[in-house]
Amino acid sequence: MRFQLIGVNHNTAPVEVRERLAIPESRLPEACKKLAEHPGIDEGMILSTCNRVEILANTKNGAGADLRAFLQNYFQLDGVELNKHLYEYNEREAVRHLFRVAASLDSMVVGEPQILGQVKEAYATARAVGAVRAQLDQLVTRAFAVAKRVRTETAVGSSSVSIASVAVELAKKIFGNLHGKHVYLVGAGKMSELAARHLMAHGCASIFVANRTYDRAVSLAYKFQGQAIHFEDLHKTCDRADIVITSTGAPHAIFRREHGELFLTRRKNRPMFFIDIAVPRDVDPAMNKLDGIFVYDIDDLQQAVASHVADRRKEAERAEAIVATEVERFHARILTLDVVPTIVSLQGHLETIRQAEIDRVRGRLGTLSPDQEMAIEALTRGIVNKIMHTPISTLKSAAREPEATTVIDLVRRLFNLQEKRAAKSGGGDND
Amino acid sequence: MSIFWLRVALAFYGVGLLYALVALTRTSDLLNRVALHAAYLGMVFHLVSLTEGVLFSGHVAIAMAHNSESLLAFLIMSVFMITYLIYNTTSPGIIVFPLVFLLTFMAATRQQPFLNLTPGMRKGWLGAHIALIFIGYAALILSFCASLLYLIQQHSLKSKRSSGILSRLPALEEIDQIGYRSLLLGFPFMTLGLIAGSVVAESVYGRVDLQDPKILLSLLMWAVYLVMVYTRWIAGWRGRKAAVLASVAFAAAVVAWAANYFSTIHRFVSS
Repeated sequence: MRFQLIGVNHNTAPVEVRERLAIPESRLPEACKKLAEHPGIDEGMILSTCNRVEILANTKNGAGADLRAFLQNYFQLDGVELNKHLYEYNEREAVRHLFRVAASLDSMVVGEPQILGQVKEAYATARAVGAVRAQLDQLVTRAFAVAKRVRTETAVGSSSVSIASVAVELAKKIFGNLHGKHVYLVGAGKMSELAARHLMAHGCASIFVANRTYDRAVSLAYKFQGQAIHFEDLHKTCDRADIVITSTGAPHAIFRREHGELFLTRRKNRPMFFIDIAVPRDVDPAMNKLDGIFVYDIDDLQQAVASHVADRRKEAERAEAIVATEVERFHARILTLDVVPTIVSLQGHLETIRQAEIDRVRGRLGTLSPDQEMAIEALTRGIVNKIMHTPISTLKSAAREPEATTVIDLVRRLFNLQEKRAAKSGGGDND
Repeated sequence: MSIFWLRVALAFYGVGLLYALVALTRTSDLLNRVALHAAYLGMVFHLVSLTEGVLFSGHVAIAMAHNSESLLAFLIMSVFMITYLIYNTTSPGIIVFPLVFLLTFMAATRQQPFLNLTPGMRKGWLGAHIALIFIGYAALILSFCASLLYLIQQHSLKSKRSSGILSRLPALEEIDQIGYRSLLLGFPFMTLGLIAGSVVAESVYGRVDLQDPKILLSLLMWAVYLVMVYTRWIAGWRGRKAAVLASVAFAAAVVAWAANYFSTIHRFVSS
């Protein structure tokens, strides 16, 4: 066992548990240092976000370490209470989990982009204090590459999955660039305010606010640094806006087809986008039939969100496949790296035997001519190489198989190569 | 040799066309890039072919008349590339690639019709006439493409379903700008080209024959474009109404082009 990961996320633990485990940024370097000093741990990294707290470790000599004990000690928590929320992954599963987290497949909103940045920060922090150096470094950098691959090869993060962001996306499809566009907010409501805020954040120039109660309009306009307008003047002024967000409690439509025609004439047919969040609707659906006016009601927006969520799910499946192949690839590489020291020490071991034997018989052979000297050299080398050939090729080919560790142990035991991997004899390799 | 280079260019346009068609059904930046590179290479060989044509015939005007389809294809490609550089969109390629391929194909496989040059003809004016008219054609064809794309995008936005290819179209207002700008660019060229044409006609025949079908159609096309520019300028017509006008103008342009084969003045076919 080499890589180990334990943690909690939004699925396994309620927020009360997650907040108790969260480590503030300021204390993260010190926590990483403590983790790396924990018994049995060689390298370690801690990821702490509002949705997850995870501890990733590369254990000393692959012997395994008690990460739960670390958590309990660090937070002074009751182990039993904690255990039911914790998940634990080892080796390949740990690699897979890290890849999935970095690629935003394990996120609450699949495909959201922040998580990769958070993993990168956690990595930088752990690296700065020297808690991440060798193999963990390779693993985490690989995770970044996998995340990038998922992002470029699938559309998992490309579609918007909230009403406000869908509204912005649609506005961009109509107007291209939102810079210099004007927004009209008719009525008030959380969702319409959120949509307006999103639009402003994407570059819209100004905002008009109309409300049945003028004071309410004034206070809203103040919030957005916009202009409050008397409700009676709504139809007179509305053509100034490119994007109209309505959410009044009116029982009948406030914008009818004839209003649309009027706006279009005044605007010289420049397009207009109506976002109708009200129920019952504020905008007559017949308006959508006019050339240049686009009306989306709450159902249309919700449908777009739903179809985007479905798209993401489909793309997530493709992303999982990418992660699976990447896990295999990484695993194979790690294992190949693993057989190399064994091969080197096997070669060294046999070479020592060869030299010792030559030295032992040298006295009995008397003086040798250079030719004879060379013949002995060639003979002994040939024998050693022939003997080594099969174990080495077996090791190399086993590197890609699951039983690699067993083969490595066997070779080490057969040739008595225990000095470097003493801790590894016997158990530990059964997953 | 000119025709050889043109065929090389045709091969590259073919690659571009193929990839553009495949790219319609699949989302892939790679395909887009391959198509663009093929188009670039095609344009280089195309330019070589046109230059050789000029060197061979010894006069720009005659060369242009002889390689009219080829020249028009090259100009359309150029306008498409300029659009790509400004707006970073290859969407008009859906229409531009097949059109350019067809024109180049016609030029590369067919024996060029022979222009009836009369001694009194003003070669300079003839050259100006062809060049101006063709730049006008190229810009107006792009504007036509844009008005079709506008309709497609508008329909997709109104139907509230956005699927694969459609979601990759540029924003409605960008398409509108592409169309309007190429309209504004193409119209003066077309106008000046027609004036140059009438100068040539006067120099040869002493008058402009208004009963000639090609001249009539050209005037009709010009009139429709005038209406388009006017309605757009004054009332901001776009979308369906603008597309209808653009289609009429485009149809007139195509027929005017085809009129080469039965016009008395544009007697390209040697008798």
